[in-house]
Amino acid sequence: MTELIAQFPLLAALLALVSLGAVFGAVLGFAAVRFKTEGDPIADQINEILPQTQCGQCGHPGCRPYAAAIANGEPINKCPPGGEATIQALADLLDVEAIPLDEEHGEEKVKSVAYIREDECIGCTKCIQACPVDAILGAAKLMHTVIVSECTGCDLCVEPCPVDCIDMIPEEETLQSWHWGLPDPVSRKVDIIATDATTGEAA
Amino acid sequence: MRKVFDFHGGIHPPENKHQSLRLPIESAGIPAELTLPLSQHIGAPAVPIVEVGDRVLKGQMVADAKGFVSVPVHAPTSGVISAVEERAIAHPSGFTAPCIVIESDGDDQWIEHQGQEDYKHLSKPELLNLIRNAGIAGMGGAGFPAAVKLSVKPDTQIETLILNGTECEPYITADDILMRERADQIIAGAKILQFLIGPGETLIGVEDNKPEGLKSLRDAALGSDIQIVAFPTKYPSGGEKQLIEILTGKQVPSGGLPSQVGVVCQNIGSAVAIYQAVVLGRPLISRITTVTGESVEQAQNYEVLLGTPMSFLLEKARYHSSANNRLIMGGPMMGFTVPDPNVPIVKTTNCILAPTEQELPTPPPAQACIRCGMCAEVCPASLLPQQMFWFAQGKEHDKLEQHNLFDCIECGACSWVCPSAIPLVQYYRASKAEILQARRDHEKSEQSRLRFESRQERLDREEAEKNAKRAARKLAAEQRAAQAAQGSTDAEDPIQAAIDRAKAKKAAQQSGDTSSELDKLQTALASVKKRLETATTKLNEAKAENSDLVSALQAGVDKTTAKFAAAEKALADYQASSKDDSTAQEKTPEVDAAQIAIQKAMAARAADSALSPAEKARNNLAKLRQRLEKTEAKLKECRSNGEEEKIVDALVATVERLSEKIASAEQAVATESEES
Repeated sequence: MTELIAQFPLLAALLALVSLGAVFGAVLGFAAVRFKTEGDPIADQINEILPQTQCGQCGHPGCRPYAAAIANGEPINKCPPGGEATIQALADLLDVEAIPLDEEHGEEKVKSVAYIREDECIGCTKCIQACPVDAILGAAKLMHTVIVSECTGCDLCVEPCPVDCIDMIPEEETLQSWHWGLPDPVSRKVDIIATDATTGEAA
Repeated sequence: MRKVFDFHGGIHPPENKHQSLRLPIESAGIPAELTLPLSQHIGAPAVPIVEVGDRVLKGQMVADAKGFVSVPVHAPTSGVISAVEERAIAHPSGFTAPCIVIESDGDDQWIEHQGQEDYKHLSKPELLNLIRNAGIAGMGGAGFPAAVKLSVKPDTQIETLILNGTECEPYITADDILMRERADQIIAGAKILQFLIGPGETLIGVEDNKPEGLKSLRDAALGSDIQIVAFPTKYPSGGEKQLIEILTGKQVPSGGLPSQVGVVCQNIGSAVAIYQAVVLGRPLISRITTVTGESVEQAQNYEVLLGTPMSFLLEKARYHSSANNRLIMGGPMMGFTVPDPNVPIVKTTNCILAPTEQELPTPPPAQACIRCGMCAEVCPASLLPQQMFWFAQGKEHDKLEQHNLFDCIECGACSWVCPSAIPLVQYYRASKAEILQARRDHEKSEQSRLRFESRQERLDREEAEKNAKRAARKLAAEQRAAQAAQGSTDAEDPIQAAIDRAKAKKAAQQSGDTSSELDKLQTALASVKKRLETATTKLNEAKAENSDLVSALQAGVDKTTAKFAAAEKALADYQASSKDDSTAQEKTPEVDAAQIAIQKAMAARAADSALSPAEKARNNLAKLRQRLEKTEAKLKECRSNGEEEKIVDALVATVERLSEKIASAEQAVATESEES
């Protein structure tokens, strides 16, 4: 053996490399089959971050398809309902630069819920078919109504309504939903030297 | 002397307690109007059980608890409910909240009430219910329902019951004056709590800056097993977890409850309220509130009815609004600025602070953090405030949680020591709220995701079912076509078969089953007769009883009579005509409908056979196209009318079938023309 290596060093090296390659290839191949991950974990994680309004403003039919698209390299700034917070979270997850929201797909709006003016509803069921989360209750030729707790505020029901009886009402802040805000950014910016505070002049 | 422990951090701000301790507790009196917010506690708001215009007596329940973590609200004096509406309340948001407004009549007339002098014969649930129905929420400031806190799980062994008489925040003296003047009630309340919980030991923790209070408590506790423990003054030793550590040396785990280390903690104000509720039968309708600060001339503790406007109390203390820079509910460390001086006193209002600008200056603008680390030194929860400050600014919520933001008790010690005057607590408060909001939002989005996915699944399933049905139909049609192709080679002819069927039918009709027809008519007549009889008897009965059904029954009888006449006539007619009818039919075989149809079909067939197969196929195709057009038009109409989904679906299916048929017909045309 040693003799053979000494005699044909090139051949021996080649042989060694090829056999190493074969062994590792076999191990990796086995691992790829044995420890195969089900589904697409990155897309799942992205889907977890997206707000699940299913509004389609990103140009995809729902949040899950957009998550898959992001996993395949689409920009992360196409989700207006999620806004800056979602972009930030996605940037953290994917380790990319956070970019401002793409205005083309809409602006970040106050959260709202759909409201059907019930005396104007003709019972056409078009909004029911449009609602991505089955949050509208009703039947043909009977008045429809929105299940407020399930509405994601995607406004997909507004457009199909033939009599324009659906309003998007912004969610009002109540005593229960109110919370302290971060200190006023204006006063925070006044980082003046303490002695200047008495004269009121910024340094 | 019992060994006391120390906790990490803490500060020594100026106490400023002497100002309000110069005078004894004074009753604030009855204002003209009392405003009772429905949510004066932590948990679900109470539900009003009175209406505008009702007269209520002092101590009468006006709003009942809703759910487990909730307490009722009682009328603090007698009067008339003048409104149940949204009013400004003492809340940092400045929002309004639903309130019950009582116009007091000045009589201060009590509702009938009775205490349980001997509460020891009551069961624990009964006693807890008594406390809950008295509307007692923690009087220390947070306002957690006392009964919820006291209902410890039966398997938890409580070693120590602690009554919190620390009152560590500057300016506030409500508990101090309570100890000085009502020590016996505190001890009596403590005994009720002892009976309820059965602890190994009962401690009352008091800071050593209240020597008079300590003395009177010790005097009152003589001869009982309640220990009064004094310990060095330091802010915030009155925090529940801090007090537990001082008195027992045990630390409550992060995110845990005191009962996990065998401790239950209550404020001494709550103990007095429990005593009054159990022994005197008096619900929580008043409390001791300190009114202090340099803009009031007479700083003092008042026994004030809940719902009293702050302005009423301030007037009593001779308040100068011009000297005051802001009105604070609570102390200078943890209190908040009240948006409107007319907001009512609630169960948690322990202090109204009206300082001058000189006394409590507006905080100077925040400067950059210099990383001095003083905030970390004073933090009673051993957190890293300067780190959390950066994370809060960058909204890095997961890092904030890793740094145990939720262990922050918002005591304000870090802000107080900060040389750069950074409002650290504001950052933590806001971040906590944001994280909680994000958690709620995430829960909701998870819910929407599930709903979206199940909807998608449902749509897919419906689509698959439809496709399967369509495939089955297609298969059946093909089979039928194949059978027909096979059948045409046989002698069997559909037209011949139709002729046979028609003949058989006619034969059956002719053979006349006349008798059976007669039978039918006769039985019908009999049954109508019977119905008429019963209806008539019923009508007579009703008439005899003078029932209001008479007219309805009369109408029924009339109808049945008419039917009876008709049935009789039908029978007579049949009997008369049955004979010549059958002869007439035999005489005129040409006018028979079946015969005509047969002839028509024959003629059509003859015409058909005259045509070449190619022409036949073409005719067929044209006919099919016409039908398709018609169906499509109909479908469009249905869609624009917003018809039911079922109808539209059926039409769509028809269109598809016709298209298939046309395709096959087209093929047939092609092959035929090739052949010819």
